[in-house]
Amino acid sequence: MRRWLDAFAQLAAPMLLVVAVGLFATTVSPSNEVYFMNALVSVAIVVAIYVFVGNSGVLSFGQISFVAVGAFAAGVMTVPLESKKGVLTTLFPLLRDHTIGDVLSLLLAAALGGLFAFAVGLPLMRLSGLAAGIATFAVLEITHNVLQQWTKIGPGATTLSLVPETTGPLQGTLGALVVIGIAFAYQRSRLGRQLRASREDAAAAAGVGVHVHVQRLWAFTLSGALAGFAGGLLVHQLGSITTEQVYLELTFLTLAMLVVGGLTSLWGAVVGALAVSGLDSFLSQAEQGVHVLGQRLDLPSGTRLVFLAAIMALVLILRPSGLTGGREFRLPWARRNA
Amino acid sequence: VILAALDFQTLSDAIGLGAIYALMAVGIGLVFGVLRLVNFAYGQLIMAGAYVLAFTSGWPVAASIATCFAVVVALSLTMELVVFRPLRGQSPPVMLVTTFAIAFLLQAIALIVDLRDDTLGEVAAALTSLSAPVTIAGAEVRKITLVSIVVAAGALLLLALLLARTTIGLHTRAAANDFRTARLLGVRANRVIAFAVVVSGLLAAAVAVMMTVTLPLVTPDFALRDTIVVLVGVVVGGIDRLWTATLGGFTIGFVSGVINGVLPTDKTVYLPSAVFALVILVLLLRPAGLFAWGRRAAAERV
Repeated sequence: MRRWLDAFAQLAAPMLLVVAVGLFATTVSPSNEVYFMNALVSVAIVVAIYVFVGNSGVLSFGQISFVAVGAFAAGVMTVPLESKKGVLTTLFPLLRDHTIGDVLSLLLAAALGGLFAFAVGLPLMRLSGLAAGIATFAVLEITHNVLQQWTKIGPGATTLSLVPETTGPLQGTLGALVVIGIAFAYQRSRLGRQLRASREDAAAAAGVGVHVHVQRLWAFTLSGALAGFAGGLLVHQLGSITTEQVYLELTFLTLAMLVVGGLTSLWGAVVGALAVSGLDSFLSQAEQGVHVLGQRLDLPSGTRLVFLAAIMALVLILRPSGLTGGREFRLPWARRNA
Repeated sequence: VILAALDFQTLSDAIGLGAIYALMAVGIGLVFGVLRLVNFAYGQLIMAGAYVLAFTSGWPVAASIATCFAVVVALSLTMELVVFRPLRGQSPPVMLVTTFAIAFLLQAIALIVDLRDDTLGEVAAALTSLSAPVTIAGAEVRKITLVSIVVAAGALLLLALLLARTTIGLHTRAAANDFRTARLLGVRANRVIAFAVVVSGLLAAAVAVMMTVTLPLVTPDFALRDTIVVLVGVVVGGIDRLWTATLGGFTIGFVSGVINGVLPTDKTVYLPSAVFALVILVLLLRPAGLFAWGRRAAAERV
């Protein structure tokens, strides 16, 4: 009974947080809604990264490749036919002459992200440490290069626009909840526990029969599918996207969110994504001047990034294990018998 | 066709770029050796040095360069005290992501400083005369290429002597090999780390001086791309040993120099993909590094 309650709380807390953000998004003005939508999509992306990086302890700079693939797949396939024939003329006929619905495009994004991750992970999951980091970074570079140059599968270096903006508060919240639910189910499953054991001690885990490469590959594939799905959410939120938006900056920012929250827990991934995007939104408001506790706060323009980076660095220096200490959410009265 | 285009000028430029990247590789590898920390913010040290050169353009060249060295070394030491020291012993992802944040921070500060005059970019033009060519044996070589090669060779030789012949060098090598045992045997952690950080700062300043000759326009993302390329080169070469890391940095600089010089731009659209596919292949075949002969991949220790 107690164990079930703890598990329920671990899942309910991040989900409630996301629902709260989604509900807030419906109450604010449309110009402020964008901040809340950014936060929800960030949660989806960071949790997707967490599924691999957090559970395996292997650093990957490549997960944004799968976000990119998902975003462009979902985007290209949902541009309305009449505009597509005019703008995206260089596409393969199959892509040019067909359009699919919103939900289907998200599923397609997830499937492609998962497939791509599986294909990449098959050779790459043998690596660990810095070699894994650099190899996954190479995947990001290749993905960016191909998406930017190959105009038969996408818009190339130009902006993909006219994508239906279907990720509102409802789809954003539901999408983030789905990703959190799957991540939670995975980390409590047999597969997830084997991988987490290998994170703590790869040699010991291998000693009790955990096939570390295989477990890493499953997590990488699942993480790729979720990242692709999150990319679909992203493109439907923005309505237009370029390859630069799903490249280095997003990679660094989402990894920073994960580490700031706490690398090794789902709760940390959600808290980190919400805390950093919340801080970012607050700072960009503060550049225009806001009232906090009756005081007028007016940051000089351009200082947003300075404060954001400084606060992230400060959190990491003072609390290297992240805001949550890398632990799952726990009810206050359950803390005693850990 | 490719070989025909590979003239002496291209080759010498490639060696010059390789020399600069080798110095960056040493700067990154030295700190990694003692701290096990990949300093992503290394490029921002170079960027800061380049800005100092730009802001002191009106000064005598020697004073300008001296200020650049002083500022970069001071910044490097500050980074050690404020960032690296509290993070000692943390897991690699945490250390790396913290240096991302520091890199972002320095870039954001540089952007604000740069935009005070409402235009992006400052010009460091004091040394541009060095990019003029000289004729050697009938071929034209830019002076800066020769300078980079001489400076890099000199700096590496000096460093090799320091590491081989002095007490602090011995301590640094011991610490890079096994930090805990070295400490037990009386090596002072803070001194060794300070030594590595100062040398790495000196190298960053030297790189800043040489880079501004060919790229006089200094922007907040100055040397960012180069740092990423060098990091890839360092890991591909083998980050566990200083000389394999250096060789990796040189190789990736040389290869990019040759490729950029030889291929016409319209042929190079998929070149990054090809290069990074090669990087993946090398890492799969030799995870410990291309030049790490006779050593097995560093397996997780029990």
